[in-house]
Parts: sequence; structure tokens; C-alpha cells
Amino acid sequence: MNVDYLVNSLYLIKPELAIASALVLLVLIDLIMGNNKKFLPYVAIAGLIAAAYFIIGQFGMNSLAFVSKSNKGMIIADPFGAFFKGIVVFASLFVVYFSIKSDEIKASFERHGEYYTLIFGMILGMFFMISASDLILIYISLELVSFSSYVLAGFTKTALRNSEAALKYVIYGGVSSGIMLFGISILYGITGSTNLYEINSLIQSSSIPNLTFILSGILIFVGIGYKISAAPFHFWTPDVYEGAPITITAFLSVASKAAGFALLIRFIKITFIKSVDSAGYWQLVDLIDWKTFFIFLSIITMTLGNFAALWQDNLKRMLAYSSIAHAGYLLLGMAVLSNQGMIAIIIYFAVYAITNLGAFFVVMLIANKIGSENIDDYKGLGYSQPFLGVSLAIFLISLTGLPPTAGFIGKLYLFIALVDAKMITLAVIALLNSVVALYYYIRVLKNLFLSRPANGTFEFKVSFSNGLVLVLLAAPIIILGIYFTPLVDLAKNSMQILGF
Amino acid sequence: METNQLLSYILFTPLLGALLLLVFQRENENEIRIFGLSISVITFGLTLMVLSKFDSINPGFQFVHKVPWITNLNISYHVGIDGLSLLLLLLTTFITPLTLLSSWKAINKKVKEFTFFMLLLEVGMIGVFVSLDLFLFYVFWEAMLIPMYFIIGIWGGERRIYASVKFFLFTMTGSLIMLVAIIWLGVSAGGVVGHFTTDLVELYSVGPALAKNFQNWLFLAFALSFAIKIPLFPLHTWLPDAHVEAPTAGSIILAAVLLKMGTYGLIRFCLPLFPEAAITFAPFLSVLAVIGIIYGALVAMVQKDMKKLVAYSSVSHLGFVVLGIFAMTQESMQGAIIQMVNHGLSTGALFFLVGVIYERSHTREISDYGGLAKIVPVYSAALLIASLSSIGLPGLNGFIGEFLILLGAFKSPLLNTWGFTVFAATGVIFSAVYLLWMYQRVIFGVVKNPKMEHLPDMNKREIFIFASLLIFIVWIGVYPNTFLKISDRSTARVLIQVNTPVPREIPK
Repeated sequence: MNVDYLVNSLYLIKPELAIASALVLLVLIDLIMGNNKKFLPYVAIAGLIAAAYFIIGQFGMNSLAFVSKSNKGMIIADPFGAFFKGIVVFASLFVVYFSIKSDEIKASFERHGEYYTLIFGMILGMFFMISASDLILIYISLELVSFSSYVLAGFTKTALRNSEAALKYVIYGGVSSGIMLFGISILYGITGSTNLYEINSLIQSSSIPNLTFILSGILIFVGIGYKISAAPFHFWTPDVYEGAPITITAFLSVASKAAGFALLIRFIKITFIKSVDSAGYWQLVDLIDWKTFFIFLSIITMTLGNFAALWQDNLKRMLAYSSIAHAGYLLLGMAVLSNQGMIAIIIYFAVYAITNLGAFFVVMLIANKIGSENIDDYKGLGYSQPFLGVSLAIFLISLTGLPPTAGFIGKLYLFIALVDAKMITLAVIALLNSVVALYYYIRVLKNLFLSRPANGTFEFKVSFSNGLVLVLLAAPIIILGIYFTPLVDLAKNSMQILGF
Repeated sequence: METNQLLSYILFTPLLGALLLLVFQRENENEIRIFGLSISVITFGLTLMVLSKFDSINPGFQFVHKVPWITNLNISYHVGIDGLSLLLLLLTTFITPLTLLSSWKAINKKVKEFTFFMLLLEVGMIGVFVSLDLFLFYVFWEAMLIPMYFIIGIWGGERRIYASVKFFLFTMTGSLIMLVAIIWLGVSAGGVVGHFTTDLVELYSVGPALAKNFQNWLFLAFALSFAIKIPLFPLHTWLPDAHVEAPTAGSIILAAVLLKMGTYGLIRFCLPLFPEAAITFAPFLSVLAVIGIIYGALVAMVQKDMKKLVAYSSVSHLGFVVLGIFAMTQESMQGAIIQMVNHGLSTGALFFLVGVIYERSHTREISDYGGLAKIVPVYSAALLIASLSSIGLPGLNGFIGEFLILLGAFKSPLLNTWGFTVFAATGVIFSAVYLLWMYQRVIFGVVKNPKMEHLPDMNKREIFIFASLLIFIVWIGVYPNTFLKISDRSTARVLIQVNTPVPREIPK
């Protein structure tokens, strides 16, 4: 191992290095500055902007880092990874801003150092999750994300539901990552390698014991399914989303899910692919029938998420179930197993990220003032606070997937991918699910605009900066809903995974 | 002004108006009303310009304006009209200013929002009628739900929330199924024209080339969505709720224009895109239409609420339109088209008149009224004319449409039995029964309710609105040719599209 080689590899993980340095810096500043913690979020934002700068550079890259004789490479730098890291950074920037404004977080001022450090721990973990090509690294990064998020979910020590959420999260997380590790060890036992590319060439060339292989594949999926909250590994989601501080909920529902989906796509595509045909369909090694697996998983996930959301009175909890349902829609894109499906996932995710951040931001602003997330407490909000009401309406309409919002574009591409793959039944199931979703989203709309406000509930002003951020999130939803070519071009550029 | 951009001006004038409206102070209610009204009048003026330059000899699309939009999917901003769309466009832009005028006094809270939503609604309605790209069409079709949801939900009656949610859910279910069908059709186009497309003109060559069973599925998906909107029996249950709870302006728009979007869709999309399937399903849909005619009439007869009565009469009248479409003869189809306009005018007038009296007495129960003839003579005369027009009295508009439809259905080689005509004709008789019976109970007899004795008669504004409708009610009744000839060639073209076998390509 020579210096040149190391430098070359480090050159490929500049975004990760930027985040790691920012993390160290945060710890140091927290130690040095003592009680003056005002700088911390700005350091965090600077770190994120640096990372974003390096990520943009990665859109043109296509190489492996840390290649050795015994390993084909640990980390991939490619446009696909750059896109999902971009989503993580995008979400993080907003979450840091939300944290500055959140009353929940302000209350625990003396522990702000820990807070931002842990968020950066999560970001670092997610970056590695997105770009790892080695099972060991995948597992470690997954654990890094999990451990940081366990603590963050219970960050506000005063609230009882915080602690409950954190504890549930630890228990479910521990079990699922244990199961995943078991799967990884079986896979290693069969193939003798932890590198995804090596495993791919091995299972194509030699005969593999079928049943054991299926077992290891499914066990590994448990760990990923837990991260993306696919049914039946979703049980933690509602409790954690409801219990955690809103900033963390927004972060988990966007960034953590982005990392999970990136990992899932990479794992399936790199490990199992034989070839990609001219129409963009993936021919997989027929050891595991992933197609059927994803079809069932997506149906269960979206149906369960949507129907459970119908009964929720807490908006945060409702959004938690709706995010389960959205994971189901995204899994539809996986079930297609084609480039078309991947484009759909990428578009859907970009839109989902903006929309969900926006929705949680409005919930946070309102909770700051009225101290409640109950849907019934939103009655008449649209009249007393037209700006918040209209923004929330735009986010909810986009989550439903109605034109002219970006949410519709996500659904459109998903349906195109499904119909192109002749999976009409699945498309019909998905659209019936959208009708169910419509019902609980318009329930909120109804409270916002059709119900009479109670007197004087919402007498407060939205500050200029908050309003600006809200516009930054709401405007793209309408603009991309009307002119979405840039989004599609981005998705086409981002589907490039190294090697295929 | 470039002629081929005229449609875009019509489409974007109300949108621009809606956006400009946002800068108004909400206290200046009168300015807001006048502004909204003038925008919609300008839109109507532009439509008249289109009418004056329209060439009714040309059966194809005119005023075509096509701009690439989403090049990845070959989606373009593509608008254009033929005779059918022109008639409905005229109806839309004509009715909208009248509804705004009709709610001058009735809507006195949140006037700004109301005018804003009405203008947005107009954009959606115009968009639906001028789009020649299925994607564009779908965007307008769906986007219109939101303003309508709010119009019913905010300014509606007591059960407005229930009604608006029901309306939203019903229509959304149908339109999502249509979305999958549109995508399916667009993907299938790859096998015929070589790329994904949602362009209607291109798809006219794709749909008929599809295998029969594909056509059947796609036809059913489109037809289901339109049938919910029309609404065709047995999918009509959202309509009475929506109508009864909606404010008068909402009811008029709903009856006059929104329901027509369903029947328009049948003629524009279902028949020419899937001709074989349309011929296969025509008898079934005609049966549903006839059931709807009779069922709607019978249910209307026993209503105690005037608005509900008119709502059920819509179910019955729209049944005629559907029958006319699926009889697939030149006469019946022309009858269906003119009947769409007629229904817009006469049912619009009826809803307006129900609204007029409701504003004064705050009740719609038929049994609360009686003896209005002496108290409000002008109103009584207006209600009589509107009822007679809806019944189909010769000399007024309703007669022309129903006569042509019944004649066409009788001659139809496709339906091939006089049964449809006979049963549908009973609907005409029933409509006379329920409307005249209502008229008798409301207008004649003794004044039962002392509160009614001092009802003021229609004021000038209301008379103006009714008179505007009346002009066309009589015009169509006396000299329908003015209107029939606009759509004559377009109708013939649709029928040629349905009846010309297309060489079948290998289904993809």
C-alpha cells in the first residue's frame, strides 16, 4: 500500500472527509467555546456546504476507492451515490435550520454540542451506507447511523414519549441489525467474500446452495427493510416518528430513508445482476426471486401504511404511516427491476424529500406555537394563518400525488415504469391505495380550510426567514409539477451505478 | 393577435386574472367581484372571436397551438378545437360570468377566495375542452377538483364537508384509473409510432390498432372515469349530495359544465380511440343510460327538496346524452351534443332560480311554498319557462336535443331495436310530471306560509341573468341550425373514425 494509492482513494471520498472534519470541528468547538453554542449550527451548515460542493464533483466520477489485492474496493464514487448523498445533504441543511428554530431543541440548549455531533455521525454513516460496496462496511455504517439516531430520538429527556421512542428504536434496531449480521455471515460462508462485486462474479460462475443463499439474502434484507420501514419491519416507525423531536423525525423520514433505499438498490443491483437488456430491464441471477418478493412487500407496505394512517389523530403519526406507504410506492419501483423503475424511484424520492421536509416544517412551526400536533387542533388554521395553511395544503396535495404538483410527477413515472413492465394489476393496486391516501390527506385539508376556527388559537406571526424557507420548499413542488424536465434529466444522470 | 394562439389567450386569461386577484385587499369586495366578472367577460369575448373565425366546414382541429413541453416523454402543450369543443367552450365561458353575477349577493364571506377559485375552475374547464394532449387534459381534469372541492366545502350548505369529500373521492378514483389507462395507451404507442406519446392526434392512429382485448380494458378504464363524472347510473350517488350542498354558483357550474366533461370525454376519447370496444359496449352503456333516464326521473318525482329534484333530473337528462352518443348515428350524436348545451342552459337556469328563491326564503322544501304566482309573478314566469325548456316543449331548446336523440336511437343499426327509444321516451313524459308537479306545488295554490307573503320579486340583475339564458333557450328551440352546423362536420368525423376499420398492427 503506497501513498499514491491512499491519496487517490481519499480523493474519491472527499464528501465523507468533509463531514468527518466538520464532526471533529463540532466536538472541538463545543469543548472550547463552553457555553457559547450559537456557532455550532453555522459550523454544521459550513460543513454541509463543503460536502455538497464535493458531491457535485462526484456526478462525473465512476471509480472504486480502497482497492487491494484481497478486496475489489470498499467504496464507490458514482453519480448514483452522488444523488443520494445530495438528498442527505439537502435534508440535513434544512434539518439544521429547523433545529435552530425548534422550541423542543432550544429547550435543551446545553447539550447542543452532542446534538449536532450526533447528526453529523448519522450523516457520515449514511454517506458510507450509500457508497459502500463491501458488506462489512455496509454493516458498520448502518450501525453508525442507528446508534446516532437512537440517541437523537430520545434527545429531549424531559418528554416521556421521547424516551419510549428511543427505547423502542433500540430494541427493534438491535434485533434487525443482529439478523442482518447473521445473513452477512452466511453469505460470507457461502462465497468467501464480503465484496459485492466479487460475490456477483462468484454466484454467476459457480453453483451455490440455493436455500442457504435465499436465507442469507432475506436476512440481509431485514436490516435494510428496517431502515426504509418496509412492512413487516416497520413497527418502530410510528412510535419513533411520533416520539422523537420533529427535526429528527423529518431527518429520519427523508435522509435515513434515502440512505436505506440507496443501499437496497446497490445491494440488489451489484450483487445479483447478470446483465441489463436493451430495454433497460435487469436480468438477475435466478437464485432469489426478488421480483415476486418486492411485489408482495410493496403491496403489504403501502396498503398497511395507508390504512393505518386513516385512523391517526396525531399529524406526526399520520405522516409516519404515510411515509411507510411512500416506502411501499418506492418499492414498486424496485419490483420493476429496470432502469426505468430506478429513474422512477429517483424522481419519486427527490419529490418526497422536498415535500416531507416541508410538511414536517409546518407541523413544527405550529407545534412551536400551539404545543399540539393533533389534527383536530388545526381547525381553521387556513384562515388565521393563510400562508402556513396554503403551504401545508401544497405539501399534502403533493403527497397525495395530484397535478399540478411534483408528487404527481413521481407517481406518473412510477406508473409508466409499471405499465411498461406490463404490471398493470400492481399499478391498479397502487392507484387504489392513492385513493385511500387521498382520504386521510384531505381530512387535514378539511380541518385547515373547511372547519371554523376556534377563537384566537393561531395568533402569531411567521417570521421572515421561516417564510422564506417555506417558500423554498413549496415553490419547487409547483414548479417541478409543471415543468419537470430538469428532474427527469437529473434522474437519468443519477441512475449510473458503477459497473453497469 | 395571432389566430392560432387565441385558445391560449382564452385559457390563460382567467389564470392571470386569478393571480392578479391575489393583490386585491380582501375588504374591497365589490372591486373583487367586478374584477372577476370582467375577466370572465373578456374570456367570453375572446371565445366569440374564436367563433367568428371558426370554419365549420373543416372537420379537423382548428386554432391548433403546439409547443413542446416535456420532451423526454413527447408531451407537448397542444391545444385546438373542433365543433364539439367549440360549443362546450362557448357554454363554459358564457356560464361562468353569469354564475359570478348570480353570486353577487349570495356569497358575502370570503369573496376574494370565492372569485379566485371560480376563475381557477374556469381555467380547468376550458383546459379540459381544448387539450389535444392526454397528459395536458389529465392535468386540467384533476386540477379542477381542488377548486370545486373548496367551493362546495367552504360556501356549501350544512353537510358540505361530507358532500365535498364524497365528490372528491368519487372523481379521483375514476380519474386515477384513467391515468393508468393513459399511460398504458402511451406505452402501447411505442409499438405503433415508435415512442411514448400522449398526443391525441397521434394516438388516434394507435388506439384503433390495438388488439381487441386491450381496447376493451382501456375503453372501460376511460369510460368508468367519464361515467362517474356524467354521472351514469349506478355511479351517480355523489351528484345529489354535491348539488344540494354546493352554493348556487357551484351547482350551476357543476350541472352546466362539469357533467359535460364526462360526455365530452366519451365522444373525444372513448369512441375514436377504441372504436371496436366502443361498438362492443355500446348496447350495455345504452341500457345503463336508459335505466338512468327512468330511474332519475322516478327519483326526482318523489323529492321534497327542489334542488335535489333538479339534481336527479340531471341524471335523467344526461342519460339521454349517453344514449345519443352510443346510438352512434349522425342524428343521435348531434342530438347528444346539442343536448349537452341545452342541459347546461336549462338546468343551469333551474338551479339559478332555485337559488334565487332560496336566497329570499332560506328554504328549498317544496312543501314550504305555494301560491307564489301572486307574490312573485316575474319569478313564476321564469320558472315556468325554465321548466318547460327542461321538459322539452317544442319551440324551446330541450325538444331539439331529445327529438334528435330519440330519432337517432330509433334508426341506429348498432342498437337495432326500438326498445331504447320507447323506454327513453317515457323519460320525457316523467320529466313533464315531476317538473310540472313541482311547479304547481310551488307557484299555484294558496300561500301556506305567511312569511312568503312579502317575498320580493326578481331584481334587475337576476332578470338579466335569466334573460341571457333565455335568449339561447329560445334560439336553439326555434333555429337550432346555428348551433348544429358548428358541430356537424366534427360529429361526422368521429363517426367515420368509429366505423372505419384500421389495419391491425401486432399488439405490443
